[in-house]
Amino acid sequence: MRKRIASLFAIGAALNLLLPVLVWAGGPKAVDLVVVADTRVLSGVNKYFANLYNTNIFLFAIWAVVLTAVLGCVLGWIMDIIMMRTGLDLKSRKIVEH
Amino acid sequence: MDWLYMHMPISGVEILWPGLVLIGFSVGVIGGFFGMGGAWMVTPGLNILGFPMAFAIGTDIAHIAGKSMVSTMRHSKFGNVDYVLGFVMVVGTMVGIEIGAQLVMALERIGLVGSAVRWVYVCVLALIAYMVFSDYAKAVKKKKMGDVDKEKGAEGIIWYKTLHKIAIPPMVNFKVSGFRCSAWLPIVVSLVCGILAGFLGIGGGLLRMPSLVYLIGCPTHIAVGTDLFEVMISGLYGAFTYTLKGRIEIIAVFVMLTGAAIGAQIGTVATKYSKGYGIRIAFGLAVLCCMVSIILKQLKYDAPAAVLILTAIGLICAYIMKIMFQGAAKELRDKKAGAAAS
Repeated sequence: MRKRIASLFAIGAALNLLLPVLVWAGGPKAVDLVVVADTRVLSGVNKYFANLYNTNIFLFAIWAVVLTAVLGCVLGWIMDIIMMRTGLDLKSRKIVEH
Repeated sequence: MDWLYMHMPISGVEILWPGLVLIGFSVGVIGGFFGMGGAWMVTPGLNILGFPMAFAIGTDIAHIAGKSMVSTMRHSKFGNVDYVLGFVMVVGTMVGIEIGAQLVMALERIGLVGSAVRWVYVCVLALIAYMVFSDYAKAVKKKKMGDVDKEKGAEGIIWYKTLHKIAIPPMVNFKVSGFRCSAWLPIVVSLVCGILAGFLGIGGGLLRMPSLVYLIGCPTHIAVGTDLFEVMISGLYGAFTYTLKGRIEIIAVFVMLTGAAIGAQIGTVATKYSKGYGIRIAFGLAVLCCMVSIILKQLKYDAPAAVLILTAIGLICAYIMKIMFQGAAKELRDKKAGAAAS
């Protein structure tokens, strides 16, 4: 029984040491791996963006920047209208350091 | 409770969307008040929600760009954005970030990067915190002694006065900020800040805001607004490069922006009711929290570091909201009283 436990322990230790090396040898470092979006579970706009991400990353990057900028402007504009309705003076302020 | 979770199409993870809105809101409040992106707060927050680290950084940068746009629009209406100064500094910032990034890659090739970057970051933050608090102590001392400037009141650190004497052409009159200096001063300062930001892998708002105050001589409120303009431009550029590397979750950016748009208004309007030195002291405390969290991370105490950051975000956010709501209530009361009297 003791022998069996010892051999099991030895196999476990060897696997613990060898498996990471085998996985490492099997491919490049994780940072070099290309991430692919799984489009099988998606639909609509999500599917469009995921497909674009997989096939044309440059166009996806342009979309990402343009949409972020547009959404920033639109949300800023909407919030501006809402804040104006509070009755606060939002166009002037005093610069007081102390 | 499935409706509380959202599927992220690129990384394939399920994320608690109210968490995203809350992070966006909190960082919007803090960023709008201090004039910084707040990447040091967002990245660990996204990581805790379940984002893989690589996606957390890219998503964070894109969200910061959008959020800074909302804050810049509001600050601009207050007259807090010096666009001339902003455009002059953009050149230095972009070139600096590229130099800093190349420097990191060169150091990486010879195996010198790693924990060194974090320790440099800690030293820079310690220096900023020291500068902020010693400036305040000196200003208070001067005020007690009656050594007060007619325009700016009692000031602690006045390095900018010496730097303004450098008269290398072209000399530029920055009307909004209210000073005239060589164009090379903001260019060099933004270049150095950009190099440091690129080297440390951060947006740079933490470095640029105090530089604008102490080295360039901007009033605190204008430093906040102008810095947000810079963060917006460098954030859009960062979002583009990170997206090209495939490390962005665009849907998460949009969800975070909805919270950030509300938070940014609160943070920005709160600057109206806060004194310059109040902003500086709160900024110094935020820098200290950031520094301690990095030290904890460096010592492999990841969980306490995350707890510290989240606690700091909560407390600073509550403090800014208190300033905003108290100030707004007072303004509306005064307005009502004025209308009743007339």
